[in-house]
Amino acid sequence: MPLLFFMLRFDLLIFGDTGWGDELLISSIMTILVSLSAMGLGIFVAIFTTWAKISGNFILKIFANFYTTVIRGIPELLVIYLIFFGGSASIMYVAKIFGYNGYIELNAFTMGTISVGLISAAYSTEVFRGAYSILNKGQAEAAHSLGLSKFHTFIKVLAPQILKHALPGLGNVWQITLKDTALISVTGLVEIMRQSRIASNVSHSPLTFCLSAALLYLILTTFSSKIFNKLEDYSNRNDIVA
Amino acid sequence: MKKFILTLLAISLFSLATIANAKTIRIGTEGAYPPWNNLNTAGQLEGAEIDFGNEACLRMGVECEWVTQDWDGIIPALLNGKYDIIIAGMSITEERKEKVNFTNGYMTDGARFAVLKGSGLEDMTIAGMDKVNLNDAGGKEQAAIGQLNAAMKGKTVCVQSATIHQNYLEKHMAGVVEVKLYQSVDDTNLDLLAGRCDAILADVGSTIDYMSTDVGANVAFTGPTFSGGVFGDGVGGAVKKEDTEILEMWNAAIAEMLADGSLSEITKQWFGRDISM
Amino acid sequence: MNFELIYNNFFIILSGLDETLKLVVISLSLGFIIAIPFALARASSFKILSQSVYYYVFIIRGTPLLVQIYLIYYGLGTILFVRESFLWIVLKDPFFCGVLALVINTVAYTAEIFRGGIQSVTKGQIESCKSLGMSRFIMYFKIILPCAFRQALPGYGNEMILMVKSTSLISLITIMEMTGLARNIMYKNYAPVEAFLAAGSIYLFLNFLIVQFIKFLEWKYNPHLRIKT
Repeated sequence: MPLLFFMLRFDLLIFGDTGWGDELLISSIMTILVSLSAMGLGIFVAIFTTWAKISGNFILKIFANFYTTVIRGIPELLVIYLIFFGGSASIMYVAKIFGYNGYIELNAFTMGTISVGLISAAYSTEVFRGAYSILNKGQAEAAHSLGLSKFHTFIKVLAPQILKHALPGLGNVWQITLKDTALISVTGLVEIMRQSRIASNVSHSPLTFCLSAALLYLILTTFSSKIFNKLEDYSNRNDIVA
Repeated sequence: MKKFILTLLAISLFSLATIANAKTIRIGTEGAYPPWNNLNTAGQLEGAEIDFGNEACLRMGVECEWVTQDWDGIIPALLNGKYDIIIAGMSITEERKEKVNFTNGYMTDGARFAVLKGSGLEDMTIAGMDKVNLNDAGGKEQAAIGQLNAAMKGKTVCVQSATIHQNYLEKHMAGVVEVKLYQSVDDTNLDLLAGRCDAILADVGSTIDYMSTDVGANVAFTGPTFSGGVFGDGVGGAVKKEDTEILEMWNAAIAEMLADGSLSEITKQWFGRDISM
Repeated sequence: MNFELIYNNFFIILSGLDETLKLVVISLSLGFIIAIPFALARASSFKILSQSVYYYVFIIRGTPLLVQIYLIYYGLGTILFVRESFLWIVLKDPFFCGVLALVINTVAYTAEIFRGGIQSVTKGQIESCKSLGMSRFIMYFKIILPCAFRQALPGYGNEMILMVKSTSLISLITIMEMTGLARNIMYKNYAPVEAFLAAGSIYLFLNFLIVQFIKFLEWKYNPHLRIKT
């Protein structure tokens, strides 16, 4: 073990021009940004797919089920390759379906966001669906009897409660999303994994930089779980403890 | 709640807004292929092609912006519009010409096998030939290939994937050696040192650069230097098929730099020898 | 959409199925066996055992599998001490490096799943075991573990599916399993959709088989939950 310690090239990790420390730090911020972005897109898409699943409309349900089964059943690497190699043509085709006719410039950040975001959406859908099934059906009935429209029932009554029950699951999805960003190096986005690979290629010392990458991810996941724990405590603050 | 969703959406969509500057040419390169193109510890690109590209842009009177991209995604990213031209030690081959157009070649370097000293495979001379050109390959070239195959039978050869070197192994040494594919050239170097590869096949300039590092001192060449045939005709810049204007600009700049010798100066500085076309 | 290309690619990618299956079966079996003592340690009342397994799981779950794979394959390969030791017999081969990385990963997740199962065995069961004078060993072997496995079945099914997907990352250390072959096709033909469809459908089919297998096990080991006709 002490032998391992001496193998590490600490001189390469310093900040500034002769070390990779500053580049690694910037790439960590990029990882956080692309994970947030992907998670945001994922939750946004998941709202629609969850609605499709619980709405009772048979066709919508089939599509949503197909989407979540395929995305959760195929390796993330393949999904990312499809979106990257499939390229702008497919993305613009999909955007046209939704009515967006402009030119979407596909920089690495967008590619990363869309690939990881679509994967994240599939997992978030399952979390929301599970949270919805815990809900007391009486709430929706009471809202209906008060004359609230379906839309208002969803926004004012159901969604806040779904969010509260979904928090632990979402914490899990966030961890998955964070770790999946390590797979998007093919898009050229300089996040932690790619930066550490670049550094290890240049300096011929994979040990130093793999360990640095592992440490950076560990710091990010630890902080994330602390934040999610606080969020859960906050949302459970009014629960009656037996 | 609404605000929360909207902010999330905004964060995810802000990535979509980019206004392209008409007077900027974005150049895609690998950044992991010294001495052609490499990233130094300051996080900046350096190398023969970087100097070449910057000089060419100066002559064309445009701004140059360099973008790095992993090798295996370098052509799809071009087709996706991430940059306008690829300057990354990419050899001009018929296979690639189906998807992209190439500028005229600006540099050319051969390919050669490299092994560890003491492995018994180093410094092989095959059929008395130093250089083997596979364009219009005749009996002599075939004999050389045959002799090399016999010498390396059953060995493990490592190459970077999606390269002309991989194409050579699959075309001429299929079934003779075990081929292993890697994401970057340095990964093949690492595994050569680790003993997982008996030999690597890469271009001469890149291997010489590795031999000059302290970890690469134990690497030696073996066999002849290959060029032509499946190895393509020199290194050129790749552009999308419809970008004819950019192609012409670059061809003009390349012709100019070849004529006045600045290109050979750049290659002499980085490769130690003149490899301009 | 070139159908002939999909057809040809399908058989190319299918040839990588044996590598994928080898990886999955070996990693899952080893992972299953090794996770049991880890789960017992985690559920035990010895602080040291419980804490060390906790930190192990924490580190493995907090870092991406890809980093772990690169660390084992490239990272350990640069250490001269490792290259000259007996460990090199295993670590030299990318396949065994892949298996090692997968096993380390799956043991962490499976140990947590099994721990949940073990801790869900009701106190009543344990008390009746003790009152019958069973030794600890028999209590674990005959009562607690079988109960724990039954509880853990859905969670473990999920883990099996994750394992199948994780094997695709092993393609990045030169093992030509299905994802590696699919990526090769994408480089050569720039036909991502065809390669993706071929590989993706095989992975989906594998996962479908796993889901059915778990459903069967759940039916078999929960006779008390079957609907009586």
